Amino acid sequence: MALFPTCLGDLVAPEMVEHARMALVGCGVQVAPVRGATCCGQPAFNSGFHDQARRVARVTLRALAQTTGPIVVPAGSCAAMMSRHWSELFAGDRDATLARVVSARVVEFTAVLARHLDALERCDLRWPGTVGYHDSCHMLRELRLSAEPRAVLGCVRELELVPLASSDRCCGFGGTFSVRYPEVSVSMADSKLNDARGAGVDALVSADPGCLIQLGGRAERTNGGLRVLHVATLLHEAGLG
Amino acid sequence: MSTDPLTESTFAERSRAQLAKPFLRQAVPRATDKAVNDLRARFVYHDYDGLREMGREIRARTISNLDIYLDQFADALAANGVHVHRAADAAEAREHIQRICREVGATRVVKVKSMATEEIELNPALAADGLQITETDLGEYVVQLDGDKPSHIIAPIIHKTRGEIRETLSRVAGRELPDDASELTGFARETLRDAFMDADVGISGANFGVADSGTVVLVTNEGNGRMCTAMPRVHISLMGIERVIPRLDDLAVMLPLITGAGTGQLITSYVTMLSGPRQEGEPDGPESMHVVLLDNGRRALLGTAFQDVLHCIRCGACQNVCPVYRQVGGHAYGWVYGGPIGAVLTPLFRGQAAGGELPQASTLCGACDDICPVKIPLHDLLLRLRQQRADVGAAPWRERMAADLWAWAWSSPVRYRVVTRVSGTVVRVASGLGLVGRLGPVGVWARGRALPMLARRPFHTRRDHDA
Repeated sequence: MALFPTCLGDLVAPEMVEHARMALVGCGVQVAPVRGATCCGQPAFNSGFHDQARRVARVTLRALAQTTGPIVVPAGSCAAMMSRHWSELFAGDRDATLARVVSARVVEFTAVLARHLDALERCDLRWPGTVGYHDSCHMLRELRLSAEPRAVLGCVRELELVPLASSDRCCGFGGTFSVRYPEVSVSMADSKLNDARGAGVDALVSADPGCLIQLGGRAERTNGGLRVLHVATLLHEAGLG
Repeated sequence: MSTDPLTESTFAERSRAQLAKPFLRQAVPRATDKAVNDLRARFVYHDYDGLREMGREIRARTISNLDIYLDQFADALAANGVHVHRAADAAEAREHIQRICREVGATRVVKVKSMATEEIELNPALAADGLQITETDLGEYVVQLDGDKPSHIIAPIIHKTRGEIRETLSRVAGRELPDDASELTGFARETLRDAFMDADVGISGANFGVADSGTVVLVTNEGNGRMCTAMPRVHISLMGIERVIPRLDDLAVMLPLITGAGTGQLITSYVTMLSGPRQEGEPDGPESMHVVLLDNGRRALLGTAFQDVLHCIRCGACQNVCPVYRQVGGHAYGWVYGGPIGAVLTPLFRGQAAGGELPQASTLCGACDDICPVKIPLHDLLLRLRQQRADVGAAPWRERMAADLWAWAWSSPVRYRVVTRVSGTVVRVASGLGLVGRLGPVGVWARGRALPMLARRPFHTRRDHDA
């Protein structure tokens, strides 16, 4: 399989990408990081600038086309962009066919692991504590992945997954939204963090680095003793890889 | 002329004002959560998604053949003895209603809650004609007394405390009313009863217009809809042209959808179906009934990428699930319709120049898509409006420049490496010197959140990467 770190993973969460790589290897999945790819184009696409989005996505598309097998993406929103919107972004373009072929190979990180639950079980993972899961909006509503990450967390012993009332409510990141309307964005994060703190969990876990920089960044400023981490990082702490 | 918040302020400014209201930030989540939870609870034994698909099919078929059904509706209304008026825009609609009121020599008007009348700003026009207008939905009544605006399609005073409502009603009563919901409602009921008895004209909107039977359908919970349409001599219904449905049978699908999605009820307390004025031998009902069919920008959407928004039945469910609306309420959106549907309708009805900002005021989380009773792809429509804004040059030049610069840097792996490395250093140095606040969007982020530092060793520089 090919591992696409995504720009956010590459630039601000390289440890998480490394943890994801180790988790896949630990489950017996052969994985090679993709070279020469930058970003899926989502920031510009979601701002309405399709030409600019296509310029960037094309570099990534062509780099990914050099690889074989499934393309693992440890970022729910980026995986959704590539799976659901690349065909529209490249419609009528010279790379339209390539975009369709490559986007069909994209698979989100926890969805891959969910196909190896038996291997995860055998790894004897342990993470003593309570955890709330935060659904990345695009991963949940565009890829319909909600059982998969929870099943993966279910393979970790001594980890108690606590249902949160707000698990499927947006964290307030929204890409450029986060800096366009910072006050609204931050109060949305607070609403999530307060819910998690109210439920008394030790950590809030997600599979999307976009949500994580938002929730983690706000949690750090509001200092309530709540950890915010990627599923891959939790698996690493639990002893995987 | 009333002020227009949409053009006089930005969403950012209006939302900041709303965020400063602690009560709003408790009341809006509480009320919207209740509506969503009730919807889910009521439909436990019913197939909501199956019903939504049927609703979507009905609405899509209707809107694709809008003129056929609209003509059928108008003909059926006329056959029932209803006067039909067509209005191309808000001004024409106001003129029709003002003229009818003049012709019947009206002095007093009672109103059922109607977003369409908000859209055409009817009340100020009628007031200028010297008419005495009374809003009779409890929420709208309070809104009217306060000179306020509704902040939710279904729950106009979702932003007000009971204390505020008590103060308003006490002012009307001329005495201190007790802080008790049923006492307050009781007072409003008594006061409004006189208004119903004295009114010459009742004005309503229309939840649906049934084409085959020529029936105006209203769903209400307070009974005021029935009073307004049965007591006065004249009833005028203002209906957006898209609210037509083909057959009476379609109500079997559309009624539970609008009441379920709107208030979490399988059916509202009152469903009023009006098919004409009082007939020979009937004990009640108006002497004459008028339906004003309002276009006001709707027809222009037919055949465009935005046609699906005409499927909307104005239930407010998208507002109830919207995480942005939850924080800031409806007034932040600056016009009649708030929340996701408002962020789509406003730029379409008011133009990109006035309303183009609103589609950006969304995180594109898609919760609205999942709850919409007629499955309008609001998320896609928001994206299309953003694209339109960029394409027609309505986006600020700074945004375009940022997108161009970003595309230049990130469309080559080499430039990407160099630019991100340099940026990382700049941010680190600025952080060290306490100058992050000057770094544009980076500084904005850092005001409320820890900055995610660009790693000194991004993943692409790691040894494993070359393995």
